[in-house]
Amino acid sequence: MIANAPLISFQNVARVYGVGEAEVRALAGVDFQINTGEFVAIMGPSGSGKSTTMNIIGCLDQPTSGAYLFAGADVSTLDRDQRAMLRRHFLGFVFQGFNLLARTTALENVELPLIYRGMPRSERREAAQNALAKVGLAGRENHVPSELSGGQQQRVAIARALVGSPQVLLADEPTGNLDTNRSHEIMDLLVRLNQDENITIALVTHENDMAAYASRNIIFEDGKIAYDGPTQQNVKREPVAHVR
Amino acid sequence: MFVETVWLAFRTILRNKLRSFLTVLGIVIGIASVIALVTIGQGSSRQVSATVAALGSNVLIVRPGKPGFGPGSRDGASNFKLKDAEALVGQPLIDTASPAVTRGQTAVFGNTNSATSITGTDAAYLPVNGWQLSAGRAFSNGEEGAGTGVCIIGETVRRELFGDSNPLGEVIRIKQISCPVIGVLKAKGAGSFGNDQDDLILMPIRAVQRRITGNNDVQTIFAGYVPQATTQSATTEIQDILRERRRIERGEEDDFNVTDLKQINSTLSGINNVLTGLLSSIAGVSLLVGGIGIMNIMLVSVTERTREIGIRLAIGATARQVLAQFLIEAVVLSLIGGLIGVALGLTLAAVGSSFMGIPFVPDPSVVALAFIFAAVVGVVFGFFPARKAARLDPIEALRYQ
Repeated sequence: MIANAPLISFQNVARVYGVGEAEVRALAGVDFQINTGEFVAIMGPSGSGKSTTMNIIGCLDQPTSGAYLFAGADVSTLDRDQRAMLRRHFLGFVFQGFNLLARTTALENVELPLIYRGMPRSERREAAQNALAKVGLAGRENHVPSELSGGQQQRVAIARALVGSPQVLLADEPTGNLDTNRSHEIMDLLVRLNQDENITIALVTHENDMAAYASRNIIFEDGKIAYDGPTQQNVKREPVAHVR
Repeated sequence: MFVETVWLAFRTILRNKLRSFLTVLGIVIGIASVIALVTIGQGSSRQVSATVAALGSNVLIVRPGKPGFGPGSRDGASNFKLKDAEALVGQPLIDTASPAVTRGQTAVFGNTNSATSITGTDAAYLPVNGWQLSAGRAFSNGEEGAGTGVCIIGETVRRELFGDSNPLGEVIRIKQISCPVIGVLKAKGAGSFGNDQDDLILMPIRAVQRRITGNNDVQTIFAGYVPQATTQSATTEIQDILRERRRIERGEEDDFNVTDLKQINSTLSGINNVLTGLLSSIAGVSLLVGGIGIMNIMLVSVTERTREIGIRLAIGATARQVLAQFLIEAVVLSLIGGLIGVALGLTLAAVGSSFMGIPFVPDPSVVALAFIFAAVVGVVFGFFPARKAARLDPIEALRYQ
């Protein structure tokens, strides 16, 4: 890793799916950087390239051309296993559909990433309990997802993403399946993690309300960046009063 | 990590108990049938060797009819007479020759009866055929010569007619003969074909000829030869005498045959081994089918758990770890199947052996082999589904509904 390099750096990144007539340019040469501690909302209509961007940041996908540097290291030179290691140690994922393992307790779901790190059982337990406490789910350790509300499930998912102390939290429409009040609770939690733990957060959303929590917005259109700057006044709203 | 994966495999398998059971059923049946067949086969081989060992050594069986089996082998061949047996004893290499004739008859004692077979013979028949007396005595020379109606009964006959009471001195009735029991034979158990060897009554041959068969025929002669002779030399001697006595011209075929009991038994045990091998390989095929069953369900399982695989890949599992997870699951499944199969197979073999009256000889090496085979089946048939899981694209997998 290179000191002082931006944490995430896209250099003329393009991503093309299919070949010939079926060719789809999901990303058409995109440049941006995200520094440690930023809270960035990535926005745009469906098909604009925001999910592709997220997948590339998450090392789940690779650019067709251009370079993606993570902490100054070119991810395209890494093989599949090395990218898995990068995800394991530096990235945390939160999905719209929660993606918890069914019939597996909250605690075990949160422990999962640590199992792949080979952490001993007792240490793992403790770390998972701490992470659950951090997202306000202390006492729910032994509940399985079907016994938890949507908001609670998403908190478990956030705890799972956090438990390995990642550099970056990638949240793909984390509030998409939640009602307004739950959504704001989740966003508050993300803001708190960003501020208290200095975790860099990249949030994909199409809701202005949610993007308003971020300090910076990147708006995609047709595979290109249409806007990259501080959260716009027109999307910024008065903080909503909501029940906790 | 390995321990975690095995633990996870157990949990996943137990989560779908019925499905897991049906998945391993093929392996269970395969392993159980291999174990049961091989164990019973080995028990039966042991039985054959025991039968061979129980036979008096140096015995040749002489029967009328051309050598070999099949239709026509007995055509025109007359039975032996007592004189033939007597003539054989007079030869330098032959020291005993027990004539025998057998008829199916019902033996009656009081109001119980037993359908059995009566063999008329002499006292030398006992050692030559490996019989020992558990009580009483053999025929005396006087009884043999006079054809007195006295009986030596087999264990099965004793049990059926007398139960717990002492048979010695009691009189049983066979046709119109009243026949005192003078001896009881020690039990031999089932023969090579699973037949009950103890279901018989021995009487002096002259008594049987006179009062049951009504002629002087002798069906079989059990000829014992001296230790200095070989099977070959004794056979040649018997053939020479009998050809002369039966007036067979030079160049004509024998109308009787001389068989070595040990040879029959070695042939039997050869047949036994071939049968065991054949049946086991058929059972082996069912193992293969069982393996395909596991592969089938593992493939379904991989598809069903696509999203889980996506989650695992996203949070940092390597492809190898996903492969290991599914491979270990398949191996654990087939080992569970193997374990159940071994237990079932041994149970079947134990029950079957006791039913067939042969010794139950569980062979640890066969059990170990079956177990290893189950593991190999798991690895081989688990590999393809596991590789499919490991090769999933995490993005696609996460999106899978």
